[in-house]
Amino acid sequence: MDISTTISSIKLKNPTILASGIMDEDAGSMQRIIKRGGVGAVVTKSIGLTARRGYPNPTVIELEHGILNAMGLPNPGIDHYGEEIEKIKHLQTPIIGSIYGANPDEFIELSRRMEDLDVDALELNLSCPHTKKYGLEIGCDPYLVRKITCAVKENVSIPVFIKLSPNVTSIIELAKMAEEAGADAIVAINTVKAMKINIDLRRPILSNKIGGYSGKAIMPIGVRCVYEIAENIQIPIIGVGGITTGEDAIEYFMAGASAVQIGSGVYYRGIDIFKTVCSEIENWMKKHGYKKLSDLIGVAHI
Amino acid sequence: MKHVNLPYITKITDSRIEARGIKTLLFRYPRAVDPGQFFMIWIPGVDEIPMSVSYISQDIKGITFRRVGDATTALYKLKPDDMIGIRGPYGNGFRIDGKHILFVAGGTGIATLAPAIEKAISKGIASTVVIGAKTYEEIFFEERLKNHNAKIHISTDDGSRGYKGYASDLSKQILNKKRERFNSIITCGPEPMMKKLLETCGDIPLQASLERYMKCCIGLCGQCCIGEGLRVCVEGPVFDGKTLKNIEDFGVYRRDPTGRKIRILG
Repeated sequence: MDISTTISSIKLKNPTILASGIMDEDAGSMQRIIKRGGVGAVVTKSIGLTARRGYPNPTVIELEHGILNAMGLPNPGIDHYGEEIEKIKHLQTPIIGSIYGANPDEFIELSRRMEDLDVDALELNLSCPHTKKYGLEIGCDPYLVRKITCAVKENVSIPVFIKLSPNVTSIIELAKMAEEAGADAIVAINTVKAMKINIDLRRPILSNKIGGYSGKAIMPIGVRCVYEIAENIQIPIIGVGGITTGEDAIEYFMAGASAVQIGSGVYYRGIDIFKTVCSEIENWMKKHGYKKLSDLIGVAHI
Repeated sequence: MKHVNLPYITKITDSRIEARGIKTLLFRYPRAVDPGQFFMIWIPGVDEIPMSVSYISQDIKGITFRRVGDATTALYKLKPDDMIGIRGPYGNGFRIDGKHILFVAGGTGIATLAPAIEKAISKGIASTVVIGAKTYEEIFFEERLKNHNAKIHISTDDGSRGYKGYASDLSKQILNKKRERFNSIITCGPEPMMKKLLETCGDIPLQASLERYMKCCIGLCGQCCIGEGLRVCVEGPVFDGKTLKNIEDFGVYRRDPTGRKIRILG
């Protein structure tokens, strides 16, 4: 059974990737995900030029069908995060460096720094739904997406992945722009903008009021986005949003994803969800006569 | 109560001052809690912070804390009928077994240990308790535990009551007395104190309750991780001595909300 997959020049032993923002604040937690979780690759926390505290709590709450968060891009800044990356390099699992910036220059600086740290690929966070000046605020403008992607591509030689938001009029336009600008893969989707109000206190629970919704509830949105993007571009897609089982992952592959990221799933099924999902994928493939994962990619485009 | 990690809004039913700058708030929260587990306490408009449970009865639960930062100062000002949000309990709690347990508390650590001591005594386990504080005015829960027949030793940094010095030093003396044989040590307090205790406890199994800055408390964000990805909110907050011996940062470093390592002051 071959469940290996390739995204641009990155070869993954299996198609499960740790999503950004989950268990990736320090080397130790990523090490645990790699060694015990059985992940195919990890995406780092989204890193900026300087340290950010993020928002006060409450920053994460669980709702009936998903998880709502507004962390506010907390991170120690690229100067300090570098050592965390250094410590996990020897584990031989691809590391995808996630970065966020307010303008093309910040993205250029951060991508060069990440490349110097020897990460295997970059993921540009153009989709965080709840932080002013960053993420979605620039990632909803197709021209800015093109400008930033071009700028980064001109400055680094490692593959560049663009993480997109579903909170836009047309995710297809954004994906096309990114492809035109030379992106090596599209990551879809980031969390869905959402809010939870406590009716006893008559106020939103998250300190930032608005957050990003993830987990089971958003999977159909993610699958739709991947499906639509796949019909319009040639570069690989990494599917993310609500995956907790092997069958969920297979749905994404059929929609056109070459790999999947898992985040909230770590809450639903624990640290070894990556291993579990892989064996569920293998079981399904065996049962249905598939020998290679690549034979499944995009088959739902009928 | 639905088991979702969302704040449950409840009214403060009672509050009392336990010692200088230290207060208890009681509220209705009908979910089962084990000693050593903690809640996330939401103070609307201010913050949400982790806090171990200091009173456990079927319906009423309590927290006991020192006024130190913005969140605890806001909490300190709350009165009966004010509303707070609670989620949890989180974490693993203490393993309470054996014939004789030495409990070592530093500062507000006794708030975490008190329900564990009560549980030990109710199970017929002999309980020796060291309560360490900066000064005599900050000692609390002494009467509460005496009423349960715990054997209590007091230490103060300034010598204003009991042994002059740290709780870990007094514990060392107690451990050195051959007459006292302990099956286990349970501790909560400043990390350098707990680390010292770990270094002196020899082969007596130790359990220590740790505190870290927390965000999600459901094992996702990684903010509270120590060692190789051990989540204080899920695999902790209570860790055994064997595990802690392999964690370089124990007693030395914690991480601030940005994720940057900062030294723990001794």
